[in-house]
Amino acid sequence: MIQLHNVGKRYPAGHEALHEVSFGVERGEMVFITGHSGAGKSTLLKLLGVIERPSVGELIVNDRNLGRLSKRQIPYHRRTLGMIYQDFRLLADRTIFDNVALPLVIAGHYDHQEIRRRARAALDKVGLLGKEKLHPLELSGGEQQRVGIARAVVHKPVLLLADEPTGNLDPTLAGEIMALFEAFNRVGVTVLIASHNVELIAHMQRRVLVLKNGSLLSDSRGTRG
Amino acid sequence: MKRTRGSPRRAMESTSPAAPAVAKPRAASRDSMPWLGIENYLIHHLRALFASLGSLLRTPFASLMTAVVIGVALALPSGFHALLLSVQSLASGWEGEVAQVSLFLKPDIKADTARNLAWRLRSMDDVAGVRYISPQQALEEFQRSSGLSDALAYLDDNPLPAVLVVKPAEGFARPEVMRDLVKRLQALPEVESTQLDWAWLERLHALVALADRAMAWVGVVLAVAVLFIVGNTIRLAIENRREEIIITKLVGATDAFIRRPFIYGGIWYGLTGGLIALIIVDGVLWGMSGPVARLAALYKSDFQLAMIGAGETLLILVVGAFLGWLGAWVAVGRHLRHIEPG
Repeated sequence: MIQLHNVGKRYPAGHEALHEVSFGVERGEMVFITGHSGAGKSTLLKLLGVIERPSVGELIVNDRNLGRLSKRQIPYHRRTLGMIYQDFRLLADRTIFDNVALPLVIAGHYDHQEIRRRARAALDKVGLLGKEKLHPLELSGGEQQRVGIARAVVHKPVLLLADEPTGNLDPTLAGEIMALFEAFNRVGVTVLIASHNVELIAHMQRRVLVLKNGSLLSDSRGTRG
Repeated sequence: MKRTRGSPRRAMESTSPAAPAVAKPRAASRDSMPWLGIENYLIHHLRALFASLGSLLRTPFASLMTAVVIGVALALPSGFHALLLSVQSLASGWEGEVAQVSLFLKPDIKADTARNLAWRLRSMDDVAGVRYISPQQALEEFQRSSGLSDALAYLDDNPLPAVLVVKPAEGFARPEVMRDLVKRLQALPEVESTQLDWAWLERLHALVALADRAMAWVGVVLAVAVLFIVGNTIRLAIENRREEIIITKLVGATDAFIRRPFIYGGIWYGLTGGLIALIIVDGVLWGMSGPVARLAALYKSDFQLAMIGAGETLLILVVGAFLGWLGAWVAVGRHLRHIEPG
């Protein structure tokens, strides 16, 4: 699903965010990326979503060579992903339903019944059915993140990328969010989660990639794969 | 880890995401049904059209202010144009009077021949009418206007020639066209000499041309103003929705998808501005028509202000919408490119 070969990212100011990073993620895996802040976790996820371009090296996601992706092709690549953020990135002036339906509308689905059915199914998966008409700021942080997850999965992506998805949540809520990711992983979605919450990661017993100063420090298989 | 939530799991299994096979089946179905793509495209556009209208209506006062400014900018050249049309119709009336050519016929031309010539001239395309003045009529007219009736009575015979007064057809009373007509009339064997008040004709024509040119420039300047007004309004709208644009890009929106509502927003502004311009111009003309009619009556003229016709109404709306579209297009091209997630 994901292959990185000697990927490096150097910002114009001279700061080297990633240095010769190579690893692969199989289809259906659930992998954590950890490290101190500034270790390069976010940069790595940005490269996978083509929010940033690598300075050197090769990135292949879902059989697509991201280095050869033209500007016009980027949106179509992003439609195969589900991205989740620490600050949720919801549209505050739209209802929960509109937020979740956004990827479908963008991708050109025009059948209202179909959009409704799929958005409701996604909200049902995250346990927020019945809150469609509310606005994001009327929800708690944990609920907002679940809206973010519903939006990330509504178009049935092949790969979920989450950047500190539990960074703003207390441990109980964080556990619930992780359970959701596991549930999606169980039906075949590849999941990549960047997090510095060492305790939570240890608890999940999954494969963990550790980054330090932009380099891959270790790659350890968890007991649960 | 134990699953604490039952509902997510149940829902997921019932809808079976089958994630890997997302993009391909859809592309295939679009190939086999090409009309679906076109329909999709139209629906995208219609959605953007109404969404943009909706977002303008959410802030009705601010939107109306912009539309009114555009309306005033469009109303100025439109109103000026309407006034100029009225003045031109008045001026072409004058031109018709001023541009009359007097043909002095040779002394040996008989009345029958002169009438025959008048009849021949009337059939020409660029001639609206010909008046025949016999030597006798000319003499009587001269006596009346000169006050020399006593002196003239001593003359044995009438020294005045017969005259044909040729009035050019409407639209031919321009100096350059008149020159050609006069040359042809002069060449007629029956004609001794021709007379036309060239200076007057040229002055009047230059005045009308000046007003025409001035209006064109005012129109150009105000059109540019409308472009800037719409462009700036759209630029502000883009800035206000920066976060939204970034988020929609992150979930895979194409540039075209993001551009569309702003472009349609510009078209709505232009169209509403055009509508307001029409209201202003029609209102002003209507308000002026009474006093103008009274003034014209005092001058014993049937002059009246030309109202905005159906064609001009359509033109103002189309120009408004076009300028709105163009202004939005420029703004979107300049500002949307710089908004990228990162």
